[in-house]
Amino acid sequence: MSDVMTVPRSRRNIELVLLLVALVVVCLANYLAGLDNEEAFGDYFYTQVLTLGLMGLFIHVVLRIRAKYADPIILPVVVTLNGIGLAMIHRLDFSSAAANPNFVPVAPSQVQWTGVAMAAAAVFLLLLRDHRLLRRFTYISLIVSAVLLLLPLTPLGLEINGARIWISVGIGTFQPGEIAKITLAIFFAGYLSTNRDLILLAGKKIGPLQLPRFRDLAPMAAAWLVSIGVLVFQRDLGSSVLFFGLFMVMIYVATSRVSWVLIGLAMIGVGVFVALELFPHVALRFDSWINAFDPEVYNRFPGGSAQVVQGMFGLANGGLVGTGLGEGRPDLVTYANSDMIVAALGEELGLIGLTAIVLLFVILVSRGIRAALGTKDGFGKLLACGLSFTIALQCFVVIGGITRLIPLTGLTTPFMSAGGSSLLANWLIVALLLLISETARRPAPTDPMKDSFPEPVGANGKPVRKRTSKEGTR
Amino acid sequence: MNQAIRSAWVVAIGMFALMLGSLTYVQFFQAEALANNDWNNRQLYQEFGRQRGAILVDGRAVAESVPTNDQFNYQRTYRDPELYAHLTGYYSLSLGSTQLEDSESSILAGTSSSLFYDRMVQLFSGVDAQGASVELTIDPQLQQLAWDLIPDGQRGSIVVMEPGTGNILAMVSKPSYDPNLLSVHDTSVALQNAEALGEEPGLSIYANPATESLVAPGSVFKLVDAAAALESGQYNERSEIPNPPALQFPGIDYALPNFVTGGCASRTTADLRFALEQSCNTPFAQIALDLGEDAIREQAERFGFGEELAIPTHVEASVFPSDLTDPELAQSAVGQFDTRVTPLQMAMVASAIANDGQQMKPQLVRSVRAADLELIDSPQPEVLRRSVSEDTAAQLTDWMVNVVENGTARGAAIPGVRVAGKTGTAEVSETGDNAWFTGFAPADDPRVAVSIVMENVDIPTGQQLTSPSASRLMEAVLNR
Repeated sequence: MSDVMTVPRSRRNIELVLLLVALVVVCLANYLAGLDNEEAFGDYFYTQVLTLGLMGLFIHVVLRIRAKYADPIILPVVVTLNGIGLAMIHRLDFSSAAANPNFVPVAPSQVQWTGVAMAAAAVFLLLLRDHRLLRRFTYISLIVSAVLLLLPLTPLGLEINGARIWISVGIGTFQPGEIAKITLAIFFAGYLSTNRDLILLAGKKIGPLQLPRFRDLAPMAAAWLVSIGVLVFQRDLGSSVLFFGLFMVMIYVATSRVSWVLIGLAMIGVGVFVALELFPHVALRFDSWINAFDPEVYNRFPGGSAQVVQGMFGLANGGLVGTGLGEGRPDLVTYANSDMIVAALGEELGLIGLTAIVLLFVILVSRGIRAALGTKDGFGKLLACGLSFTIALQCFVVIGGITRLIPLTGLTTPFMSAGGSSLLANWLIVALLLLISETARRPAPTDPMKDSFPEPVGANGKPVRKRTSKEGTR
Repeated sequence: MNQAIRSAWVVAIGMFALMLGSLTYVQFFQAEALANNDWNNRQLYQEFGRQRGAILVDGRAVAESVPTNDQFNYQRTYRDPELYAHLTGYYSLSLGSTQLEDSESSILAGTSSSLFYDRMVQLFSGVDAQGASVELTIDPQLQQLAWDLIPDGQRGSIVVMEPGTGNILAMVSKPSYDPNLLSVHDTSVALQNAEALGEEPGLSIYANPATESLVAPGSVFKLVDAAAALESGQYNERSEIPNPPALQFPGIDYALPNFVTGGCASRTTADLRFALEQSCNTPFAQIALDLGEDAIREQAERFGFGEELAIPTHVEASVFPSDLTDPELAQSAVGQFDTRVTPLQMAMVASAIANDGQQMKPQLVRSVRAADLELIDSPQPEVLRRSVSEDTAAQLTDWMVNVVENGTARGAAIPGVRVAGKTGTAEVSETGDNAWFTGFAPADDPRVAVSIVMENVDIPTGQQLTSPSASRLMEAVLNR
């Protein structure tokens, strides 16, 4: 990144200020969610504020000690997203409790999971000082991924609504596939950064396309098999798309070859065609996407379009400014607090509020990509870019599905949907992005001055702080 | 590698742009179409989840939304349900809404444009949106008295009005029903109850009999004939009209008779005073034949026939038929054949005569108050039209007083008060007649007008249930 000259500054104070702003937003959202039920300042409110506040500050302090130069924007953005998600889950609990007196609220366990996930992220940051250490675990990651993906198929696994992606772990259920997203990313990053040169140099050139050698297609075939396997055995279209997208972006970044993308898209095409022919649940998804407003499709159970249509009614009801938290009827949509939480947010916060949330994701993804650009090692670049892109892809699959841009698949919205495994996995991704951004923004080792490094250096070996108007927050 | 990372970022941004575009399309451009989709019951849920304003009678709610803990936060509940059912109507998830619940719906729900300011205040103060309440002109004691004056099992209506303002003081009809049976949120229970009520003889849950049922007026229609006669200038108080026992029509085997038991037989010609007093048919039939059907209809229309009203509930238009043969015209002129009126229409005729010929618009709503009790609207008395000249009104009043003092409406007399009235009996079937009374008191400074109809009764019962009841109602108003 020779064209980006950063004045190395830790920016931790900015992170602290933004974190406080995020907490204010989150507190207000939760206050509004509880307001209608006269529980605005109930026990839950304080539990949630303390969890997010203390754990957020804890990660902030860990960053001050361990990764001083980490990106200052990522943590506040993620805390905001997580908190708004909690507010909506809390708000939906009231509706569910009104309809069913035996309903067990979801929000308290989601707060616990938030605490666990943030603690895990902090511990991860404390234990792993440098993301490059993970490269050693390239093949172990592959094995762990395989185990995680196979777990739901063992007797431990649970089948819920036709998808076999959960395992029972005593206290509750867990989706190992969420963690597999990270381990697969580590494996791909490790494998591709090691074998990149080989893959790049070998192969025939046909016209403008540099075709890979057949044996170098092996990892792509492996990724394809994993995706198809997830689709066939776990019947989880969303995760399948996600895994394949993750691999595609990483192999493209590793090789810069469009040919790989074209081959990958062709394989997706074949996969989709095969899935449509062989698996009725996939065909139903497509049918309820295209013919969502057909009465027959709407009333079909299972596999009808009622969920997506009701979600769109919710979005339409919200309109531009939304009904306000607690004022809409997002509870009319099934899975309002998990797969369909975006519809719930769109109804109550409106297009304006939802746009703000999408922009927070844009910022998060962009900061992740920024870390990928800034870091110097290929492994870190691939990992940061792959994980960031996965977040974007996941948002696209969820929001595109809810707005009928693409078929609806059951995927969680990162940081917002109810579900502990998703939360844990995404906070670990945040920890990884923070670590990678730290190596990207850390000042170069201050050996004797090089000509190419124009910054004056103080007596303590650190660059002299020089504030010029040209320098903004990075 | 960085170039590829940038490309990946561009793809990611492209995906986010697609998401925002797609959201904008659904939430903004498609929003209205989706809101109007038949499967979208959010509007309904939202409407039923809101605290709807109350319908008040003398400050006490007869219809109000009570908090519940089912999926709609409020249950519409009616107090004294049968007494007020025909006024309030019902507000039902499965059956829609009727009467005031329908006509005042936007005010009760708080969505009326006159409540815009209150909605804004509620929005910013975080208070739950609340509808405005509607206070009726009804006097609860009078309403109860009118209710008690109709025996259970008798089909009939009573309307009590203030002639000078048009305010309706009491309006009851039997049989009635309990709107609570229809406002239950359980759709199947509500439909079952509606079906059961539909099987009760003489009851419709969809219409208020006092304003929406059309019945034959019989002799009370003679007030219209008398008014037409005076307004035409061809008749005055000295005019003598032939009064044969029966009116013959050349070449047709039909004769319109006077009542054999009445006092009409004592004279072969009659002035209008006597014809009204004894309710003789043949003189009025003769007047109608002389003036023609158009003159009678025009006078009827000046009393409000042929016009629907919103008071604010719906009032059906009363009918004087057209394209009549002579026998048909003769029958129509004495309130038979196809002449049909609402009970309210006859109260409006009496009120117009009482109010020096000036007809006021009947009004059921006294005031509208926002949730914070601020006065939003209080309808002012509204002149509908001039029905007859002041002289005609005075003359008619004089004759109607005579009917109560010496004629068929003696039962309506109140000691020490000059009461004006007219009775009527419409033969509608072999089983019974419609018995009518309409009138007002005191004759020189009218404060109350009454219209009573009892359907399918024999003549003695009909007389018992009309004039004496009118006397008690008018006395109750005068003693207020």
